[in-house]
Amino acid sequence: MTAVHLGMPAFPSFPEAAEAATTDAQLRRNLRNATHTIRDKRARAVAELSDWAGLRAAAAAIKNRTLRHLDHYLLQLEEAVTKAGGRVHWAIDAADANRIVAELVKATGETHVVKVKSMATQEIGLNEALAAEGITAYETDLAELIVQLGDDRPSHILVPAIHRNRSEIREIFVRAMGRWGRAAPDGLTDRPADLAEAARLHLREKFLSAKVAVSGANFMVAETGTLVVVESEGNGRMCLTLPETLISVVGIEKIVPTWQDLEVYLQLLPRSSTAERMNPYTSTWTGTAEGDGPREFHLVLLDNGRTGALADQVGRQALRCIRCSACLNVCPVYERAGGHAYGSAYPGPIGAILTPQLRGITSALDASLPYASSLCGACYEVCPVAIDIPEVLVHLRERVAETGKGHPAERTAMRAARWVLEDPARLARAQRLATRARRFRPRHLPGPAAAWTDTREVPRIPEESFRDWWRRTQGGGPRAGGGPAGKGGR
Amino acid sequence: MRVALFITCVNDTLYPRTGQATVALLRRLGVDVEFPAQQTCCGQMHYNTGYRRQAEPLVRGFAEAFAGYDAIVAPSGSCAAMVRDVHPRIAGRSMGRVPRDRVAEVVPKVYELSEFLVDVLRVTDVGAYFPHRVTYHPTCHSLRLLRVGDRPLRLLRAVRGLDLVELEGADECCGFGGAFAVKNPAVSAAMCSDKVRHAADTGAEVLCAADNSCLMHIGGTLERQRAGVRTLHLAEILASTQDDPHGSGWADGERSPA
Amino acid sequence: MMGSRELVLARVRAALADVPRDEAPEDFPVDRDYLDAHATGSPAEVADLLADNLADYRAVVHRCSAAELPGLLARLLAEHRSGDVAVPPALPGDWLADSEGVRVLTDDGSLTASRLDRVDSVVTACAVAVAETGTIVLDAKPDQGRRLLSLVPDHHICVVRPEQVVASVAQALRRLDPSRPLTWISGPSATSDIELDRVEGVHGPRTLEAVLLAD
Ligand code: SF4
Repeated sequence: MTAVHLGMPAFPSFPEAAEAATTDAQLRRNLRNATHTIRDKRARAVAELSDWAGLRAAAAAIKNRTLRHLDHYLLQLEEAVTKAGGRVHWAIDAADANRIVAELVKATGETHVVKVKSMATQEIGLNEALAAEGITAYETDLAELIVQLGDDRPSHILVPAIHRNRSEIREIFVRAMGRWGRAAPDGLTDRPADLAEAARLHLREKFLSAKVAVSGANFMVAETGTLVVVESEGNGRMCLTLPETLISVVGIEKIVPTWQDLEVYLQLLPRSSTAERMNPYTSTWTGTAEGDGPREFHLVLLDNGRTGALADQVGRQALRCIRCSACLNVCPVYERAGGHAYGSAYPGPIGAILTPQLRGITSALDASLPYASSLCGACYEVCPVAIDIPEVLVHLRERVAETGKGHPAERTAMRAARWVLEDPARLARAQRLATRARRFRPRHLPGPAAAWTDTREVPRIPEESFRDWWRRTQGGGPRAGGGPAGKGGR
Repeated sequence: MRVALFITCVNDTLYPRTGQATVALLRRLGVDVEFPAQQTCCGQMHYNTGYRRQAEPLVRGFAEAFAGYDAIVAPSGSCAAMVRDVHPRIAGRSMGRVPRDRVAEVVPKVYELSEFLVDVLRVTDVGAYFPHRVTYHPTCHSLRLLRVGDRPLRLLRAVRGLDLVELEGADECCGFGGAFAVKNPAVSAAMCSDKVRHAADTGAEVLCAADNSCLMHIGGTLERQRAGVRTLHLAEILASTQDDPHGSGWADGERSPA
Repeated sequence: MMGSRELVLARVRAALADVPRDEAPEDFPVDRDYLDAHATGSPAEVADLLADNLADYRAVVHRCSAAELPGLLARLLAEHRSGDVAVPPALPGDWLADSEGVRVLTDDGSLTASRLDRVDSVVTACAVAVAETGTIVLDAKPDQGRRLLSLVPDHHICVVRPEQVVASVAQALRRLDPSRPLTWISGPSATSDIELDRVEGVHGPRTLEAVLLAD
């Protein structure tokens, strides 16, 4: 067995980390503002397309087809990329992928690379692995740059620095840009346009001198061997076009069968993620092109736990994810817990179902992730590939409960409750028992429910259960103590 | 038409008044509702906490208790959704321990209360009178699993004397989620305190929903914070009439806990 | 020892034990219950939509006839005070005929990124334009040039011929050749990375001017 690494050191369980986040007023405000802004915009962008439901269903079906025949499509992709002048490498896990990339970079003789934002390389901790080999990776996406300069961790799929507001970003730029290259301009304000300009100037010299770039990809077309990167800023175009060597690290599930299939995803993705009809830039490339762009192209196909998720017939659907981040933006738990509490490159609802599947349920954190949801269903509703996240969460809870990671007291309580509820007579007896004890209305409950009563009153137990009332009155008789007769007129 | 009341174990044990109000309301509308005594619980708590196997006997029991009815009315969005959405799934994965066909037979007969009123009885004005300022929380499972839409709002708008005010962030979860509230108390409380703040901001006297689990959670927080808003199940508002504004005629128990 | 390739493939196959052995990929149904295009009006209406959507994402849109084009381009370059203008190897001959006083650098494959960083503007044609999304697609043919040409300069003027306009993404994909490197451009460079609010102008050209030619 190889341990799956998602680029993060050991973390506290979700409830502990989330509790700390709920007391950080600044963080809560930043997240609230950002997610609420994008929520409404997404809804408007989606409402523009009358056939959204049809697109969503097709997107799910195409991905299902791909996943059910992934071996076929992987081989088809490999052949097409190779024919177009690319080289395909296979990585079983993070260590394997990091080793491959480090060797490819070393072979060029370079000691620094520019990077396009990529979840896969975040997942495998590529930057740290390259640093250990003496190679510096420069993040070029604005939000990734903010995270890198701030010595921080990403907290959102699309906007890794979502937990930072403009004035915090200004401060990070002023403090750290000089250490990494061109310093921030004097008198930098916190206007987003000025901050973007500062990033432009800082990164331009890196783009113009870079010989090697590392990217991910949003889609890989099996039929043609084409890779697709969807972005906004143009840093992706820079990295994909200017260097001599391009290395793309992509999860094996990012395949779509045909070129024409992109018509579905290129409509769904921008509207779901940035709420745009189309994102500013989409680049597609097939192997290498004579006289245009990188002369060498390497594709590293990454497993790193994906085949484990694939083997789970309920959990498999998580591999349909196109990383739009719509589920994060609508999630009330994410909004209050923040992305860091999920302890993985994948935060929010998708992280809660993907991380435990990729890493396995071994740590306390990973066993707590499937419970990091009230099952409100907002994520499923917005997901452009119709991943039933609540269904997978509950399924993973079952795995936690069954593999002994669950709470023994909880298991006992659940058995006891089932025993009572299985039989109406037992339920009636239990209700009467509770009624007799109703005078002792505790302000705080013992055991696992204690925390719940810290902020809420416990409901009162009524004098009589519905069941007993019905039996006594047939649903409308006189009330106890001889009150007026029920007016249940027919 | 044989109509059964699916009271749900939470209402049965903690909120009998909601059940009594449902019965009074349906009878007022000419429905001779029955209460199959074999019923207990839909298994939602077990299933959602990760104990699907423990829920199986409850799913089977549900199908048996409600076999043969033309309509099964539940004054709870989440329990109705559990039956409609999840029971077939549990049966499907039970390797025959839960008979699929029995489940498939009862599931389409299940209606959440507002669905039954609007879609089956085709009424929106149920003759209710409730002279109070009310705000409505749609609850996640009614909203997103059952898709009850504006049915409860249409029912509330037709109530005489009722002043319906909009709740900001209405479609956001209150933070209950069963196991979630226990396992993630801090986030759950943070969600609820936002919900409670929005409710208090409306100036309403009553926060209404069609699910007592959510109302228990919100009401418990309102009470602890002494927010001056009380919670009431939709059925209890719809059962109130001009003759009987406090429901003394249909409920012989005490008032639901606020 | 099995290499990573065989290991990954073996794991994939083991994970898919539930898929019937005789199921071919095409056997798994995909309903395509969506529209081929949302904009179904006349070519003129589709062109108007393209103009609206381009403008909505802050591209500057101009419309003129083929005969007016050299004059318009001359005016745009003058307004931008452009001295050095990069062009692809096969920009149609007369487009810059009226642009007196600008230095035209025709890319023969030797222009470096650093040199392009110092030119003021680039003028290119395009392959396809998508009305519904306000997108221009470049496919690096000789009238558009290498990808870096339309990337490094800060001001990009792109000319769209009427027959290149399609309504939808689906129609565009059918016209495009995936073996060519493609760049889909919808407005100038932008970012939503600061508080999820869109700001124009990061690494790509900060000014995008689209010229839609009339029939
Ligand atoms: S799970 Fe769905 S909504 Fe969430 S990021 Fe993935 S595709 Fe988007």
